[in-house]
Amino acid sequence: MPQKVILAEEDIRRALTRIAHEIVERNHGCDGLVFIGMRTRGVPLARRIAEAIREFEGVEIPVGALDIGLYRDDISSMAWHPPIRPTIIPIDIRGKSVILVDDVLFTGRSTRAAMDAIIDFGRPLSIQLAVLVDRGHRELPIRADYVGKNMPTAMDEDVAVRLKETDGRDEVAIIRSD
Amino acid sequence: MRTTKQQELPEAVPSLEAKPSRRRHILDLDDFTRDEIEFVFETADAMKEVLEREIKKVPTLRGKTLVTLFYEPSTRTRVSFEQAAKNLSADVINLSASGSSVEKGESLIDTARTLQALGADIIVMRHYHAGAPYLIAQHVAVSVINGGDGCHAHPTQGLLDLYTIREHLGTIDGAKVVIIGDILHSRVARSNIWGLTRMGAEVILCAPPTLVPVGLGAPAFPVVTVEPSLDRALKGADVIMPLRLQKERQKGGLLPTLREYIQFYQLDSRRLSLAKPDALVLHPGPMNEGIEITPEVAHGAQSVIEEQVTKGVAVRMALLYLLVGGAE
Amino acid sequence: MPLLVVGGRILDPSQGIDMMGDLLIADGIISQLGEKVAIPHERHLVLRAGGMMVTPGFIDLHCHLREPGFEEKETIATGTRAAARGGFTTLCCMANTNPPIDHRAAVEFVQQKAAAEGVVRVLPIGCITKGREGEEMVEMGELAQAGVVALSDDGSPVMDSRLMRYALEYSRLFDLFLIEHCEDLSLSQGGVMNEGWVSTRLGLKGIPPAAEEIMVARDIALAEMTGARLHIAHVSTAGSADLIRRAKDKGIPVTAEVTPHHLTMTEERVMGYGGEDKKAVKPSSLALSCYDTNAKVNPPLRSEQDVQALIDALSEGVIDVIATDHAPHEDVAKMCEYDLAAFGISGLETALGSLMTLVHEGKIDLMALISKLTVEPAKILHKNELGTLKLGSSGDVTIFDPEAEWVVDPSAFASKGRNTPLGGCLLKGKVMATICRGEVAYKDDALKLETIRREARI
Repeated sequence: MPQKVILAEEDIRRALTRIAHEIVERNHGCDGLVFIGMRTRGVPLARRIAEAIREFEGVEIPVGALDIGLYRDDISSMAWHPPIRPTIIPIDIRGKSVILVDDVLFTGRSTRAAMDAIIDFGRPLSIQLAVLVDRGHRELPIRADYVGKNMPTAMDEDVAVRLKETDGRDEVAIIRSD
Repeated sequence: MRTTKQQELPEAVPSLEAKPSRRRHILDLDDFTRDEIEFVFETADAMKEVLEREIKKVPTLRGKTLVTLFYEPSTRTRVSFEQAAKNLSADVINLSASGSSVEKGESLIDTARTLQALGADIIVMRHYHAGAPYLIAQHVAVSVINGGDGCHAHPTQGLLDLYTIREHLGTIDGAKVVIIGDILHSRVARSNIWGLTRMGAEVILCAPPTLVPVGLGAPAFPVVTVEPSLDRALKGADVIMPLRLQKERQKGGLLPTLREYIQFYQLDSRRLSLAKPDALVLHPGPMNEGIEITPEVAHGAQSVIEEQVTKGVAVRMALLYLLVGGAE
Repeated sequence: MPLLVVGGRILDPSQGIDMMGDLLIADGIISQLGEKVAIPHERHLVLRAGGMMVTPGFIDLHCHLREPGFEEKETIATGTRAAARGGFTTLCCMANTNPPIDHRAAVEFVQQKAAAEGVVRVLPIGCITKGREGEEMVEMGELAQAGVVALSDDGSPVMDSRLMRYALEYSRLFDLFLIEHCEDLSLSQGGVMNEGWVSTRLGLKGIPPAAEEIMVARDIALAEMTGARLHIAHVSTAGSADLIRRAKDKGIPVTAEVTPHHLTMTEERVMGYGGEDKKAVKPSSLALSCYDTNAKVNPPLRSEQDVQALIDALSEGVIDVIATDHAPHEDVAKMCEYDLAAFGISGLETALGSLMTLVHEGKIDLMALISKLTVEPAKILHKNELGTLKLGSSGDVTIFDPEAEWVVDPSAFASKGRNTPLGGCLLKGKVMATICRGEVAYKDDALKLETIRREARI
């Protein structure tokens, strides 16, 4: 399958650093922020952004992990069961600004499921969305607040995000299925 | 709300690469692969987290209807399923043999077809005749979960026993598990034999010869050891599971007296000390304290009997998740 | 009209005949048999056997026609048609009807029904005890005069040993033999299949072989003591076969039968069949179709070793005859929980096909097999005119194709009972025509029956 690397390791690092700055800027600091990474690859991305903020602000922002499997609207039609992993919300999110972190924003359905899940844990002050890649083709009225890279794609293309923590290397590629 | 320190965040990669395909029914553990059982364990871990939330409800089974169809009285299995289904947002209808058309002699197949016509997606069934869940699974399009059939199988109890053991020992592989008592009539023992051996445990059955089923050595069975002496069976045991001894067994001529059964097969503190120091005591319930187990052991430090009940809900949620979409 | 069977392979164990030839049946009796039969008749019917087997009509010592009382399961009309399709020309029907055959009127009812609606010969069997309750002997003399050929409480054993002793002794007054369903009820209580690894696998209560053997041993002892003729119904275990072998060696007047299902199927059938060929049992994980109530029968299907011992006992003559124990049931009696399902297999129409498996596998000789279905049961019945092709005997003939393959389709049965574990199975060996008293009771569509004038010589 032909694939084309769009973001290399350095590009990813720069994009995440920029997002980190944008988050702090837009929220006027780090007070009341909490990162929730969407499993699987949203979790290491959330950690990296938090780490970047710690480096330039000296503040430790809590990071959680969210599995949206139990909130999906398409489970019945899937050929296999997506494994469900525990959701870990490190602090009480009531009154907090939750930054939801995911690798790719596509139809918006995962984001919808994630927002439902977060709200089950309490009523946050706000939910903001940070993604490494926005590939378009939204099916729900959802947009990202922080985007690493806007990447127009065709429906028959696949975006592969690979991270050191999960895949051994950092890169984002477009895969054409033919 | 529970708080976890940052460094406890587990590795994000799912350890299980094999994703089991959809399952239509859960009738026994004989057709569960090792991977599938592991999948149930991992899913149950996630479900346990849901149970710790303030709002213990996720929308996974929204719009689905689960019917519990119980021809035999049961509190814990039925309630456990009801709780599991409700936590997953399913609608639950409870039917018991008294007060429904099953009392009027309606055939089992007709009852199941009626439930299907009324929109049931999953039927959890308990029946005093072995094979009854297979019969309805053959004739209806809904998913069927065996909640215990005669002396045959009780797969969800088996899985929650496995899950409890795995939680405490870390792994089931290599564990020495002693099942004591009325093996002959125990569907829990049978399902456990399949599940435990598939997960690599060594299973020892300990009972008087009248309570051991025939033909256990046949090639179609998992390998188990039969050891009539409880003292010998318990040596080095990691897990001990005394089974309920029904008082009717004495009337049926299988035992001379309960007194004699207690003398030879009751799990008491002295016998417990023959097993490994931290051996677990499980019991599928309901217990006859003072017969197969002494109250000291049943409520002692090594007993995980109450915990089994809590775990049951998480395991059953995982099993319901395994069935989602299976009937379509 | 006379009927000429042309060009068949005539097999008659009663005379040791195995030859290619013709057979003429006239006035309801066998009138000529030879390589080429001359036809003295003006007009006659011709059946061209085309090398297929031509044998005496089969005799079933043990079947259930269910009438009177259980017409939803079978009637004499449907049961005799099923028999004809299975090659049987004589049926001995069991007495567990409602009312039971324990008095003259019941015997006569069966006889009259059979005469009016049956297509093969029906010989009623009477009860041993009144109402089959195991408490008081029936009026054996009255039943004998009415025409019963044997006495049996089949379905239930006579548990009271003293009563069985008297029944055996008293039966010597008449030319009757007693057929015992051997089962120690206290040992088999609640059992629904053979006790063994399969019953453990399925969590079903087993019936141990000893439940049968205890009664076989008791009845043999009583037969020895009384000198009365005892016939052991549906022998199912190796142990029973051994007991009968020893009894015969001692000269005790005991005979025995075995069913086609006990000769060809094991307890594993209860678990249903996996795979397309319906042969591979997959005990590692049960299929939805396990707990196959169509394999629920009493005595139960036993182990592989038992099946082998029964085949051996049959070949050695320890077991005298094959009887179907045809036990038809309506669908609802089987479409239920295994524990609640009725016992019994609808066996008349699959008997030959399944028995031929034994011949094709070389386990039993064809001539021996036919003798177990013809001359041997005739001997037990003391009926010389049946089960033979001797000139002057009854014009009962079965024609079958040993090589024809067919798939069992219970919905096409003539019997009302579709309860067979063989549904969908491929059998090799098919009945093509059955002639009873010179009349064609059944004929496969592939065979042509022609009417011929004398001039058109063959």
